[in-house]
Amino acid sequence: MASAKEIKTVLFGPIFANNPIALQVLGICSALAVTTKMEKALVMGIALTVVTAFSNLFISLIRNHIPSSVRIIVQMTIIASLVIVVDQVLKAFAYNVAKELSVFVGLIITNCIVMGRAEAYAMKTGPGMSFLDGIGNGLGYSVLLLIVAFIRELFGSGTLFGVEILPLVSAGGWYQPMGMMLIAPSAFIIIGLLIWILRTFRPEQVEKA
Amino acid sequence: MFSNNDSIGKTFFVVIALCLVCAILVATAAVQLRPKQVENKLLDSQKNVLAVTGLLAEGNIKELYTKHIQERLVDLNTGEFVDMAPESYDYRRAMKAPETSIKLEGADDMASIKSRANIAPVYFAYNEGVESGKLSAIVLPVHGYGLWSTMHAFLALDKDGNTIKGINYYEQGETAGLGGEVQNPKWTAQFVGKKLLDESGAPAIKVMKPGNANPASPYEVDGLSGATLTAKGVQNTFDFWAGAKGFAPFLTKVRDGALNNG
Repeated sequence: MASAKEIKTVLFGPIFANNPIALQVLGICSALAVTTKMEKALVMGIALTVVTAFSNLFISLIRNHIPSSVRIIVQMTIIASLVIVVDQVLKAFAYNVAKELSVFVGLIITNCIVMGRAEAYAMKTGPGMSFLDGIGNGLGYSVLLLIVAFIRELFGSGTLFGVEILPLVSAGGWYQPMGMMLIAPSAFIIIGLLIWILRTFRPEQVEKA
Repeated sequence: MFSNNDSIGKTFFVVIALCLVCAILVATAAVQLRPKQVENKLLDSQKNVLAVTGLLAEGNIKELYTKHIQERLVDLNTGEFVDMAPESYDYRRAMKAPETSIKLEGADDMASIKSRANIAPVYFAYNEGVESGKLSAIVLPVHGYGLWSTMHAFLALDKDGNTIKGINYYEQGETAGLGGEVQNPKWTAQFVGKKLLDESGAPAIKVMKPGNANPASPYEVDGLSGATLTAKGVQNTFDFWAGAKGFAPFLTKVRDGALNNG
């Protein structure tokens, strides 16, 4: 088993040092779609973390037996099965959120983070570390999603987790919500700004022109 | 067993074994969780019926529902009740299957729903309990296409079959914060007290441009700002379901006193 330092890097590295969204710019599609509300972003983050962790684990377990000619198909089959199971579990135990997330849980299958970690890490590394890597990248995705959702929900609807923070004009308060925050382009702009901030503090993330 | 990972035999073996394992996993999850999902769905629908009639309270939803709500099936073509157990009727399936629905085309399909079931459930709400026999509201399931999605709602009418007591959009996929505001109770509150039909019995609800509705008018409500097409979908939903292909035959019977003896 790897050293404690290595585990720490694998688990927490993806949050700021190597964030899958901010540095690798993967998984943008769902980051635009599910960040209008904190609750949706949280459930989506958990779902993606579970899928990435277990797909990494299972792929790593059988990595020495996967014929290279069909390895992408094998990875997809495992990921797709896990996503269906997660979707079914959500429908059974968190019905209201599952209803709101609708197609986006299913679309975890096509999320580049899951495939990317399977192909880049789990195919070459042992199961324990692969599992942690999945959790780490899931955390990186979730943290960024929650930051974006925080900004969008607060300024777009005046609420956080559905609890009113800024009383809206339409409800007799003083806050005029920014409709822009609720449509997908705002997430693009926010993610862009976050990447800018991140790279200002960590200049090593800047790509060479 | 195999000398080479990339041999044809090994490739087939791995793929088939993997498919079997995954199929079993997925099938087990689906079958095991099914009863819980069906229950959730039913509970959710019961909760929404209770919510639109204002009967939703803390406590066991199932108990509240059995106490206050009576569900019956109505033939939409004739407006007559159908003698069939409502529990076993799947409205969502019936509205799509060709043998249990009618096709809607052109001007008939103003709500863009393509087909309409022949039999629809309606819910009778009794504030003092079903056995009191004192009807408080009639709840109709309605749906229509907005901008992105089919929006499903329950519409509660007073026992005159005309005065709106509430509307509750419980399933929609409109833009969150713009069209998604159809779910906002502050928006739906303005429907309360409006009349579904005008004096000649034609659909009369008018979703106006935001800010243009006259509060004194029995038919006008404000639309949603930033969601013109969703508001139009709401308008179309009302026009269709209050019309001849919708619940009009049933509502005519209600006004003629079909509910007095049952």
